[in-house]
Amino acid sequence: MLSLNRVSKIYKVGTFGGKDLLAVRDVSFDINPGEVVSLIGESGSGKTTVGKMVLKLISISRGSITLDGLDVGSIGGSDVKSYYQHVQGVFQDPFSSYNPIFKADRVFGMIRSEYFAGVARSEWTDKVEAALRAVTLEPDQVLNKYPHQLSGGQLQRLLVARALLLELKVLVADEIISMLDASTRIDVLNLLAELKGRGMGILFITHDLSLGNYISEKTVILRRGVVVEMGATNKVFGNPTHPYTRMLIASVPQLHKKWAQIENELPSAIAGGGGCLFHEAYPLAGRTPHSPADEPTLAKIEEDHYVGCFDLEGENVGRVA
Amino acid sequence: MSLQVSDLRVYYRTLAGDVKALDGATFSIADKEIMGLAGESGCGKSTLGNSLIRLDGRMKYVSGSVNLDGAEVPIWDKVGMIPFRFREISVVPQYAMSAMNPTRKIGQMIAELVESRGTEFREIKGELERRIDLVGLGRDVLKRYPIELSGGMKQRTVMVISTLFDPSLLIADEITSALDVSTQRAVAETLVSFRDHGFVKSMLVITHDVSILYQIADSILIMYAGKLAEKAPTSTIIQQPRHPYTQMLVSSLPEVGVRYADKKLAGIPGSPPSLLNPPTGCRFRARCPLAFARCIEEPPFVEVDTDHSVACWKATGTDA
Repeated sequence: MLSLNRVSKIYKVGTFGGKDLLAVRDVSFDINPGEVVSLIGESGSGKTTVGKMVLKLISISRGSITLDGLDVGSIGGSDVKSYYQHVQGVFQDPFSSYNPIFKADRVFGMIRSEYFAGVARSEWTDKVEAALRAVTLEPDQVLNKYPHQLSGGQLQRLLVARALLLELKVLVADEIISMLDASTRIDVLNLLAELKGRGMGILFITHDLSLGNYISEKTVILRRGVVVEMGATNKVFGNPTHPYTRMLIASVPQLHKKWAQIENELPSAIAGGGGCLFHEAYPLAGRTPHSPADEPTLAKIEEDHYVGCFDLEGENVGRVA
Repeated sequence: MSLQVSDLRVYYRTLAGDVKALDGATFSIADKEIMGLAGESGCGKSTLGNSLIRLDGRMKYVSGSVNLDGAEVPIWDKVGMIPFRFREISVVPQYAMSAMNPTRKIGQMIAELVESRGTEFREIKGELERRIDLVGLGRDVLKRYPIELSGGMKQRTVMVISTLFDPSLLIADEITSALDVSTQRAVAETLVSFRDHGFVKSMLVITHDVSILYQIADSILIMYAGKLAEKAPTSTIIQQPRHPYTQMLVSSLPEVGVRYADKKLAGIPGSPPSLLNPPTGCRFRARCPLAFARCIEEPPFVEVDTDHSVACWKATGTDA
């Protein structure tokens, strides 16, 4: 459904934008209906940049994003509005997502005036209440309230309910639970997992591996703007192959295992003696300065499991460069 | 016994009345012990940490006593606390990123800091450099400005500065929350190594992340709505919690290996009560699945097993 094909983003930095910063490099993956894809990376890895490009908040420097075959980058004019009918985002800080001067349910009113101007009031009320129930909120508890009267979890669920009013295909959830308390974050997470039952595709952006592992079917691990490992979640977490992925998994604090124990339990390093699987699969790697557009950027090591270059500090990380 | 706190109450003064953020805390931390303090936001955990080192203008000391290594700590007395701060009780604040003076080189700032405490910089310079090495930073950080360091480096630098005088108690308030997982681990392990090297005698680690505490703490104290809910050795809190709040909190944490498809986790319904006019009796009552008639009375925080204290009528076996 939503498909990213070798997407790159270059930011202009420095005085007068004199320098280029390659924030995201050749990222490709697909989101299918009813699938949660978790995009995991540390700060500065470019995960939010990918989300912003999907949401058309920033331009795409190279590559393309397509939604059901439609090129997202070239959408302009009045088509943008219909794109946002299918793709919506929810962001990290629920408190700054709302205008504190207006009541929180104004976000629904704005959707109505933009997309459902002709809908009768009673029909609209039913629609809003159905959406609120879908996110397990009681309409009379949240409607007609100001943002400061609601909890972070309620505000975050209101934003998801707002997205549900549209014919949503893709929801970009950028760190939506990292500001919530442990006791409520799992409810919002379960809500996302239920949404995929409605055939929605979710791009779940997080830095927390255990959350990504909990709800996603597919995992993409980003490091410095480059995909280092991706594939089915159970394969990436069950058989982490890239040294960076292994380091991340070994660093996650777990509840029933101490760090030292996790390190011992990870399957022993690279099977077959320490060579870079990426370069074995693509022996020409590292010899030509730029990757031709048709060459893969990741090596397939098993069904539904891809790994980038092991040469972490090298210039050509993650690409057949 | 290194630190003993008994019946400590600290309220916040607001126009609407007193917010009872810390309402009767009694616990102790032994020598060489790392005690974790966990709970939801607004449960009073930072209030507890702050009240041990500095009460700010809005905080009002109500009752209770704090005893450190046999000496009474006058936490209600701003001036009387001065000999204790930094030398006996020290803190690593949550936002270490902004804890350092941006206009000074780090070495210069430390020199001014220790000299303000009446110690010559020369006397501690050797030890400072040794500890900078120990936390894996180069000695040249002393010649740099804070802006030149990454978040994790600043966090570790602040940890070295805070423990320079080998305090008896170190309070670490949410120090790993703003860091990436790999840096988080390095910082947490540094805390443990400080204890092992004897730079600090005991430690109070405040965080909302119970899984970090499982990695580094010897015992865990769980707070709920200004009251202590449960205290026990780490493995007991994680594996056999007795308080329903602890049980629900621990079981709601997703872990690597737990998947929605296999095992659906559940959160705790409802939200914590307002501390402006907290409910009488057990404060968890409204959200508790086990609540019964007795919960209208306030449960005492009592020891149910060796080193295991709980404030719940069900857990203390007096539910008849």
